[in-house]
Amino acid sequence: MSDDAREGRTAGHADARSHGDGRSHGDGGSQGAWTPSDIARARTAYRRTQRRRALLVAAVATVIVLGAVVLVVTNAPGWERARDAFFSPQRAVEVLPEVAAGLWLNLRVWIVASVVGLIVGLLLAVLRTSRIPALFPLRLFAIAYVDVFRGVPLLLILLLVGFGLPALRLPWLPVSAAFLGGLAIVLTYTAYLAEIFRAGIESVHPSQVAAARSLGLTRGQAVRRVVLPQAVRNVTAPVASMLVALQKDSGLISILGAVDAIRAAQIATTGDYNFTPYVVAGVLFLLISIPLTRLVDAWSARQGWRGQMRGIAGAGALR
Amino acid sequence: MSRASDGGARPGKPDAPLLSLRGVRKTFGTGAGQHVVLDGIDLDVAEHQCVVLVGSSGSGKSTLLRAVDLLEEIDDGQILLDGEDVANPWVDANAVRARLALVFQQYNLFPHLRVLDNLTLAPRVVHRRPRPSAEADAHAILEKVGLTHRARAYPDQLSGGEQQRAAIARALVGGPELLLLDEVTSALDPALAGEVLDLLLALRAEGTTMLVATHEMRFARQVADEIVFLHEGRIHERGTPTQVLDHPQRDATREFLRRLG
Repeated sequence: MSDDAREGRTAGHADARSHGDGRSHGDGGSQGAWTPSDIARARTAYRRTQRRRALLVAAVATVIVLGAVVLVVTNAPGWERARDAFFSPQRAVEVLPEVAAGLWLNLRVWIVASVVGLIVGLLLAVLRTSRIPALFPLRLFAIAYVDVFRGVPLLLILLLVGFGLPALRLPWLPVSAAFLGGLAIVLTYTAYLAEIFRAGIESVHPSQVAAARSLGLTRGQAVRRVVLPQAVRNVTAPVASMLVALQKDSGLISILGAVDAIRAAQIATTGDYNFTPYVVAGVLFLLISIPLTRLVDAWSARQGWRGQMRGIAGAGALR
Repeated sequence: MSRASDGGARPGKPDAPLLSLRGVRKTFGTGAGQHVVLDGIDLDVAEHQCVVLVGSSGSGKSTLLRAVDLLEEIDDGQILLDGEDVANPWVDANAVRARLALVFQQYNLFPHLRVLDNLTLAPRVVHRRPRPSAEADAHAILEKVGLTHRARAYPDQLSGGEQQRAAIARALVGGPELLLLDEVTSALDPALAGEVLDLLLALRAEGTTMLVATHEMRFARQVADEIVFLHEGRIHERGTPTQVLDHPQRDATREFLRRLG
């Protein structure tokens, strides 16, 4: 392959020499009328060959790897039993309504947790970066909150909230597993979102604040009108991937007994040891999370529009 | 200087220049790393006057302009605006800044706002002006700087010269009493710098009071009532353009001018 490549390059080179100045073709015509020179044609042809070769290699490699996987799996001694236990089409159809109903709970938890997490997270980030003396205790609280809830595993928070809060027997506190599970997820994810927003705030160059202050805006006005809009734009991508992760982690409320997609699948597996419901639940989660991630990617790619200035000086710097 | 006296005394403020710096000192860092950026600067800018600061990079020009706009706290000295010492921390900095306008070397336009919104942000937020009247004013100023057709564009869709003209327009919106210009053309190639300098010459012709830091000596000669040569944080030489640029008295000035070519 490398021999061919070298040959191709040499051929193009020889071409260029024999035809002398490559520009001569374009000079005669009016502006815009351009016939590619021999040099350009040789380059195009070379690139086309390279592209075709790359496609071929990719296709062959994919076939080999997929074939190997299929061979290994289907030749495994337990394949027959595994196929029946995990991929039974008729069992899948049977459990689909229950698992889908469970997924609806996941979606509701996800949406509520996202909205609350975004609002409170942004608020915490602003608190933490503010310099208003009266807010000092709140700033301390924000720091402690983020430290604690980022530092403790989500599973532990779930168990502590799920079993600890009901033990307080507060009459006004809802004790449904879905509420407590959702609360635990919100507590953890808010801490992460707050940190992402804080990074966004700090990525806005100080010269932007200087410009705003120079125009007479107060510190608060500068934060609200100049810093936050840019900060939020700067972190759209990480925030969105956090929300995708939250969508998956909404399944963790099942350990508190809430009948979400995972719990519904678990209930369906008891008795006959057929694990197809788990696969069904997994596919349903994928059906949501894959389009969601693609959507987020497309959206943050479009966000690139306003990112050009930043691109020059690097992370968030506008100078 | 002549233009300053032409401007006449403002009622109630007989002889005080619009801006006076007295013994302004500013250092960065502490201990052994301490660096004196401004070392006792005395400077006056009268109404309708234009004072041009020249000097090599690091001579303190930018710091001086930022200090006047209260973006830097000074270590000592006075910054007198209409005779009031605005360097005092109890003075309302926002009120002072609303009377001044600083244009930055790197434009510092707000990238998330359209040009028009860049111009109307301060009127709407600081002065609580309704959007239609703020936009009417902004359009008038955009026309003046030749950017009417760019009002709906975002800053990164503009050329460098257009961005700097938009930044100047944003600075002009509040009708500032003093325009502070910090090397506004040094990020631009000569052609783009030319369109910005033409705009500044027009503003100068209208009698806009300016304190300018620049490396453009031809421009300095055209607009300056007084040229102040800063060297290592001190005023090394000052006078009319003819005095400083054509007959420099000090070695450092000569060296600086020779290097500019």
